[in-house]
Amino acid sequence: MLQNLGRLLRHRSLIQSLVARELKARYRGSVLGFFWSFINPLLLLLVYWFVFSIVLPGIRPVDIQPYALFMFCGLLPWTWFSSSVLEASNVLITGGNLIKKVLFPAEVLPFVTVFANMVHFILGLPIIGGALLYFAIPIRPLELLWLPVVVLVQLFFTLGLALIVSSLTVHFRDLKDILGNLMTFWFFATPIIYPMSLAPPVGKALLDLNPFTHLAISYQEILFYDGPFGHWKWLLALGGASIALFLVGYFLFDRLRDSFAEEV
Amino acid sequence: MTHAIKVDRLLKVYRRFSRRRRFATLKSALLSGNLLSDLRPHETFSALQDVSLDVAEGRTVGVIGANGSGKSTLLRLIAGITKPTAGTVWVKGRISALIELGAGFHPEISGRENVFINGIMLGLSKQEIARKFDEIVAFAELEDFIEAPVKTYSSGMYMRLGFAVAINVDPDVLLIDEVLAVGDQNFTRKCLDKLAEFRRRGKTILLVTHALGLVERLCDEAVWLDDGRVRATGDPKRVIDAYLVDVEEGEEKQIANADAKVRESTEITAGSGDDPPPDMFQATEGRWGSREIEIVKVTLVGDDHQPTHVFPSGSRMAIHVRARAREPVSDFVFGVGLFNVEGVCCYGTNTEVEDLTSDHMVGEGEIIFTVDSLDLVAGTYKLDVAVHKRDGYPYDYHRLLYTFRVKSRTNDVGIFRPRHRWKFPTNIRFTGPLK
Repeated sequence: MLQNLGRLLRHRSLIQSLVARELKARYRGSVLGFFWSFINPLLLLLVYWFVFSIVLPGIRPVDIQPYALFMFCGLLPWTWFSSSVLEASNVLITGGNLIKKVLFPAEVLPFVTVFANMVHFILGLPIIGGALLYFAIPIRPLELLWLPVVVLVQLFFTLGLALIVSSLTVHFRDLKDILGNLMTFWFFATPIIYPMSLAPPVGKALLDLNPFTHLAISYQEILFYDGPFGHWKWLLALGGASIALFLVGYFLFDRLRDSFAEEV
Repeated sequence: MTHAIKVDRLLKVYRRFSRRRRFATLKSALLSGNLLSDLRPHETFSALQDVSLDVAEGRTVGVIGANGSGKSTLLRLIAGITKPTAGTVWVKGRISALIELGAGFHPEISGRENVFINGIMLGLSKQEIARKFDEIVAFAELEDFIEAPVKTYSSGMYMRLGFAVAINVDPDVLLIDEVLAVGDQNFTRKCLDKLAEFRRRGKTILLVTHALGLVERLCDEAVWLDDGRVRATGDPKRVIDAYLVDVEEGEEKQIANADAKVRESTEITAGSGDDPPPDMFQATEGRWGSREIEIVKVTLVGDDHQPTHVFPSGSRMAIHVRARAREPVSDFVFGVGLFNVEGVCCYGTNTEVEDLTSDHMVGEGEIIFTVDSLDLVAGTYKLDVAVHKRDGYPYDYHRLLYTFRVKSRTNDVGIFRPRHRWKFPTNIRFTGPLK
């Protein structure tokens, strides 16, 4: 397994070019092309802004302003995460031709999915940056140093889950369908469109069990809220857990690897 | 002599489709890394059994065999795409497997980008591909289309590009699975030239194909796989001949079974003593007649005096017709008709047109109609065998109930092959028979 992990480094250029292909192919033929990377999250934001500012303005706490920006800080990383996991569940099956007909390192496929979505995420960051400047929200440069850490933690967490989901779906196609609903549930069980402070004590305890809660809060604290980044203990703990999850996912994937060519 | 490929007592077991046992196999995969350990024998299927194969460096080996005999499985195991259930595979140097051309192409992006990505997948670096790029495109003859998305390509263009990339990986061992028939004549010739170049440079080639002529012409050695086992290896000519004999035997059985089935169903539907169909020349398989004289059995006998259904073109064919008359009969004509699959009558005759006047028949006996030289081109033919009155009133008419196949290794066309010879003046010369 460790040997295979090492081999992954050698597939760098393959992953790189496949990610590039993925991004190029995705918007090929559309009029706006690459701009969709920016427009998509903005449109999603528009939906939630519509709900919380026009339809149900009473729900949100008054002290969080501007609310749309607050939501966007969680929404952007969430989109990266959920798209990655959902796409990963299908990636070995759609890439079946490669696995069956070419000597191809299968783990490259879920990696490419996660990285391609990460590029979209990173392209969305300038939007947040612009909005922060526009609303004159004070940014502490020292706090910003935490941002790469959060991204890295999320990367490992997402990779681990993508590996697990992609390899298991080969054997249990049902997973693909369950996953769609599960991700919707997960989204609402994460303080993204509502602040953690709104949850009652029992709800807080439950939310604390959700790993993505700590990622969302970290993003919010670093980007949106003023004041020092107080969530770092949770974040580092989650970082450790994410690396463990990644290793477990890789182990599972490696164990099932030989069955892919026959099952997809 | 150094080996390029060593395959030792290879076993490949596939699971038959069965969802019920999925949990057990997944668990065993996770616990022991083996998907098959928990399965009962009837849930598995051996695609390859006890296959050993050594290929010396620089040799070209052809793998032949019927569909489902395990050829592609063997190739995939050697390529490392799937893992053997038992046994070992060892390959020296870089492998390129042409199993499905253009398998990694993405339809939305241009041919140029696909060449790069495909090349990287096959183990080349970006610089290597950039260096070979023009050569690849020229080989695929796609200079004008290389910037267009691959989804706009015709299937031939797609395959050509796939082949061009794979062949330019510069492998030490080239595995080819029935992909040489992808282009037009010109492209196929280019592929063969490329293979010849590979051979000159001392690369090892393993070729899976149904084109036996190609194996004979190209390969130093042939391997015949049959039902997952190696039936024969060695000199291509010898192996191919053995394979063809086996194929003929299989065909023989197949024709005999099909014929028996047709006859059985006509017995049931037509019964005995049925009326002839309204249009004799439209009739399909069938049997009718009053049965005053009955045709009991028809056997086709070959050169070796054994019943058969497969005849080499130009060999002797004897039609043995066993007939029986319960009461004495004096008005009868025996006839034979020979049709090809399109229903064209290739030949027909009877005792009357050959000026034999019937006199007397009673009891049972065997009539033998011998064709000394079956001068037909290769194909499947059907026989009419009949006995009737001089005025056409049928006693027993067997319409297209007997099938035989004519084999030939010459691809001449038409129906009839007259005995013929070529003669040339001394200033027209040939290099000898194309092997």
